[in-house]
Amino acid sequence: MESLSPLDGESFDPMREPLAVAAQLPPPVRRIAVEEAPTIAQPTPRANGNLPPSTSPRPKLKRMPRTDTVPVERMRTEALSIAYGEKLAVNQVSLIVRQGEVLALIGPSGCGKTTLLRSLNRLVDLTASARRGGRILLDGEDVDLFDVTHLRRRVGMLFQQPNPFPMSIFDNVAYGLRERGSKKPSRRELEPAVVEALHRAGLFEEVKDNLDHPALALSGGQQQRLCIARSLAVRPEVLLLDEPCSALDPISTQVIEETIVSLRAEIAIVIVTHNLQQAQRVADHAAFMYLGDLIEYGEAEQVFGSPMAERTREYVSGGFG
Amino acid sequence: MSTHSHVPAPAPPVPPAPPRDISRGEDSWSLGDKIGVGMAWAAGILLCLVAGAIVLYMLVRGIQYLKFSELVSHPLPSLDQSNSGGFLDPIEGTIILTILGTAIAAPIGIGIAVWLSEYARPSWLARAVESGVEIVAGTPSIVLAIFGLLVFQQSFFGFLSFTAEGNAVFGRSFFTAGAMMSLIALPLIVGATREALHSIPSHVREASYALGKDRASTIRRVLLPASRRGIGTGITLGMGRIVGDTAIVVILLGASLQLQAENDVPVLGTLKGTGSTLTSYVYNNSPAGEGGAPQKAYAAAFVLLIIVIFLNFAIDLIARRKEPAWNR
Amino acid sequence: MSNHGSHNAKPKDRTDQRAEVALGALASAVLLLIAFMIVFVFSKAWPSFAHNGLAWFGGGGNVDEQLSNIFNSPANPADYVYTMHAWPLLYATALITGVSLLLATTISLLSAMFIVEFAPDAMRRVLQPVVRLLAAVPSVIYGLIGVLVLVPFVGNQVITAGQKESVQYVIQLDGTSILVGILVLTVMITPIMVAIVTDALRAVPRSWTEGAAALGVNRWRALRTVGLRAARPAIVAAAVLATARALGEAIMLSMVSGSVAFAPNPLDGVTFFVEPARTLAATVVDNAEGLSVKPFGQTIYAFAAILLISSFFLSFAGWVARQSMRKYTLQAR
Repeated sequence: MESLSPLDGESFDPMREPLAVAAQLPPPVRRIAVEEAPTIAQPTPRANGNLPPSTSPRPKLKRMPRTDTVPVERMRTEALSIAYGEKLAVNQVSLIVRQGEVLALIGPSGCGKTTLLRSLNRLVDLTASARRGGRILLDGEDVDLFDVTHLRRRVGMLFQQPNPFPMSIFDNVAYGLRERGSKKPSRRELEPAVVEALHRAGLFEEVKDNLDHPALALSGGQQQRLCIARSLAVRPEVLLLDEPCSALDPISTQVIEETIVSLRAEIAIVIVTHNLQQAQRVADHAAFMYLGDLIEYGEAEQVFGSPMAERTREYVSGGFG
Repeated sequence: MSTHSHVPAPAPPVPPAPPRDISRGEDSWSLGDKIGVGMAWAAGILLCLVAGAIVLYMLVRGIQYLKFSELVSHPLPSLDQSNSGGFLDPIEGTIILTILGTAIAAPIGIGIAVWLSEYARPSWLARAVESGVEIVAGTPSIVLAIFGLLVFQQSFFGFLSFTAEGNAVFGRSFFTAGAMMSLIALPLIVGATREALHSIPSHVREASYALGKDRASTIRRVLLPASRRGIGTGITLGMGRIVGDTAIVVILLGASLQLQAENDVPVLGTLKGTGSTLTSYVYNNSPAGEGGAPQKAYAAAFVLLIIVIFLNFAIDLIARRKEPAWNR
Repeated sequence: MSNHGSHNAKPKDRTDQRAEVALGALASAVLLLIAFMIVFVFSKAWPSFAHNGLAWFGGGGNVDEQLSNIFNSPANPADYVYTMHAWPLLYATALITGVSLLLATTISLLSAMFIVEFAPDAMRRVLQPVVRLLAAVPSVIYGLIGVLVLVPFVGNQVITAGQKESVQYVIQLDGTSILVGILVLTVMITPIMVAIVTDALRAVPRSWTEGAAALGVNRWRALRTVGLRAARPAIVAAAVLATARALGEAIMLSMVSGSVAFAPNPLDGVTFFVEPARTLAATVVDNAEGLSVKPFGQTIYAFAAILLISSFFLSFAGWVARQSMRKYTLQAR
């Protein structure tokens, strides 16, 4: 069955064309300096409202220059559907997650983007009433066919509210490394990995003298970066971020966004975000969802700049959300 | 659901994958983990088995030895099992003691809980009272029992029990045992009532004050009725504890097989007198007491167990009744 | 628990003031009673400690003999006998309570983890009421089953003639033993702990359990490392409660662990477990009739005083332990 977008009569399949196109053309080497940031379409004020035109912030992010590495497909979903009991949360969504780029899942509340994210590491399986249809592939293998704990070591996740364990900073980062397999690594063996993870998360300088202090004593932004370090320590191939900055102040948000972008060469990143500006700052690919359906999926410039679907255009310009 | 996956054309050349630390073949459940889960299963099954064994065994023995006549006949002092009578008096003793203990503990416990929850000034006193209640909760009943003996053997309390010639106060009676029993039920009633009061949101109180009611009548008319469920739970818990206690009975009830009233005044006479309860009856008929009557002990223990199960069931019923509609 | 009174205006009128004073007086009266009890027990117990000094806690001699000597003291107060070396009782109390606590903690932690995570639904629905029921069974019933089933079993099937002979000049082995005492006591205190720990494990914030799962840690490991850690204050509270119950358990132990104040000798090997003993609480129960004889009563009160001190100390230790865990258990948001 064709997956139609629930829009007024348009019958293009938002899925196939960008994919086919993307597969055949090598993505351009992008070197975006601040001055050349793409201009985002100004939202048109609604006829009946006094909505002032919002100035789209120039991305302060200096994106890392893309290397010659071509983004590699890491995960894909094929007609993925998820239902909680009788309620369909995600409806036949197919998309691709690539290493080397950041995929942003955007859409209004309740559109299914978080559910979709949580299915990628099979965290939805923890909910008793959840049912899944379709397939999810990691490096070509169906994720249902191998052990879920293995999957989750390769596909890490960061949550909206920072959730460091009630342990010291060191123990938090080392947790994933300690609690697997039968040998118990010593502290000395773990230290290099922990330090490296803290560096990659951008937290090391601030905590290097306090590694044994309780993690819960850190500030919100630091806790979230600690959670990043904790996820990175197990060397995942894919990292799923569920609105990681929504509970944080702008400075922490900026630091985390820089971290995210710096990681994308080695790790495939999927970020769910409510914040359109954030999506525009960090995303390379974007997928817009509405009420469980995937409305539009393509390169970020295209989805934000010149969306093909009407609904996307409305959302991106702030018409609803 | 149909999977119409249109795999796109072959992707461009793949760069080498990043090094992976985890070998795919490694079991995510180490041997230690599997042993742990196995032990958890074993513990759960062990718990079920032990509980089942205890209940079944008591059931079997109880049915085997309990005769209806025993429930309604008085115990007789006799070495011969077959005519040592039943245990009506111990049953009566249990009922009397439970009612007495609860009747003393309930008003005091509710009063303390209300004071701690609604007034609690000065705060050092409130903390002291809280600690005091906790101390009572943690004190073994045997210590409370001999403390009771100590206190009630003072001549000041002679009116509560039998006084022999030479002014030696016996100190053992339903009154004295009931007073100490109330102490073991007290912390349970205080705790449950405080929880019930605590769960009433403050807007209910504020609404009442806004209507001009003072605190005392708010408590009386609004808060206490709303806490009925919690208070009921606390009282039933306290009753359960009283029914099951043996130490206080053994020491403070005078260990007379039958209810021996102290004088001829109808109720007070019995309360000033001595007697026994199901618990002390079981204790005395086991090899630890005078021994020799295991059948009677089993029968009485069976009745005791039924009472306890019934009380437990009542607690469940009370706890499950619909919550008041604050939070809907 | 917060109280809702303090932020409101002062009680306006006389009925309110009277109510407050009345209830406050009630609470204070109970407090006074408790304080009085403590002081009274200690004051009655003091002569026994005073006459023996630190040797009270030491060993030497047979406690039962000492008790009967005290009981048979001459009527003249100046000639009262107070000699008491209570070590066998203290040792028995610590041994039985300690081992039972160890066993009960292990079993209850494992059972709680089972109930929360691994039990099939049918079993879980059965286990909840079962645990509550076990906690409510009176100690005299446990004692009855112990003395009529376990003690003869141990006496006849477990204890060998050889063992009996090996200690026959010191003590008689008839089945009442620390083995039965520990077994039954463990069964008695486990349900309380299971109930508390299960509630605590269920209350672990989802953010932590999801976080552990998202790191690829299997259910057992996550429960063991994060769940138990988050539940540590509750585990301590449960252990304190269980120990208090175990210390104060007089009736059941007096029925099954032996009526002689004997200190089991670990050097006896396996026979150690089948030797009888008597704890402080059980001794008080067994000797309650003699309380009217003054020095005897004071000695018994001394035992009670030790029990009181232990329960204070327990509560305090539990409070300290919970305080020190505070820094790691801030509310997860």
